Amino acid sequence: MKTNDVIIQFTAKLVFFMIFFYAVHIFFAGHYTPGGGFVGGLVTASAIVLLIVAFDLKTVQTILPINYIYMVASGLILALGTAAISMFAGKPFFTHYFDYYNLPILGKTSLHTAALFDLGVYLVVVGVTMTIIQTIGEDE
Amino acid sequence: MTYFLWAAIVIVVLSIVALVYRLVKGPTPSDRVVALDTIGVSLICLVGLFSMLIDTSYFLEIILLLAILSFIGTIAFSKFIEKGDIITRDNSR
Repeated sequence: MKTNDVIIQFTAKLVFFMIFFYAVHIFFAGHYTPGGGFVGGLVTASAIVLLIVAFDLKTVQTILPINYIYMVASGLILALGTAAISMFAGKPFFTHYFDYYNLPILGKTSLHTAALFDLGVYLVVVGVTMTIIQTIGEDE
Repeated sequence: MTYFLWAAIVIVVLSIVALVYRLVKGPTPSDRVVALDTIGVSLICLVGLFSMLIDTSYFLEIILLLAILSFIGTIAFSKFIEKGDIITRDNSR
């Protein structure tokens, strides 16, 4: 049965970018305001779910050719690597470092290694959620 | 100002009660889906009024989050009502 889904597909194309940039904002604002890697990952996954619901699994797999299981693995490696980076300097496990840098456009910015750990959490959450939804949606 | 905010909160809560009546009583699934979507909008209003009441801006991200989740949930429900499944493998087939 062919149905015409013009309005929902056009809306999904627009709203996907709004939700995705909101997720990026939540991810980077997590140090000083509510948010962080977990909520950012869930909002990103809900943006991809909106695309999957508006289109279908094959189209979304074509425009976002990501293997989400590898995404979970790389997130775990990133989180554990960030935690282990202080062991090479003789400090305890999970010691974080931060310093202030003068970036070209942003000006004085504090860069913290906890953001890298949060990026690992983000990748794991997106990968696990999308793996669950794809696996449930694929079977006939 | 506080009395005004409490009055607005009471009005929104009464509208949510009316929507819950439609959610329980609604004869068709479409009535229930529309009632759920409107309850989401009323919850957004409630979070905004509450964050004005306790004078904080930390709840403003929840408003956009609730709007996104309500939108996606309504779309998923309506696609389930229309086609029988939410996630299709290949639309062109």
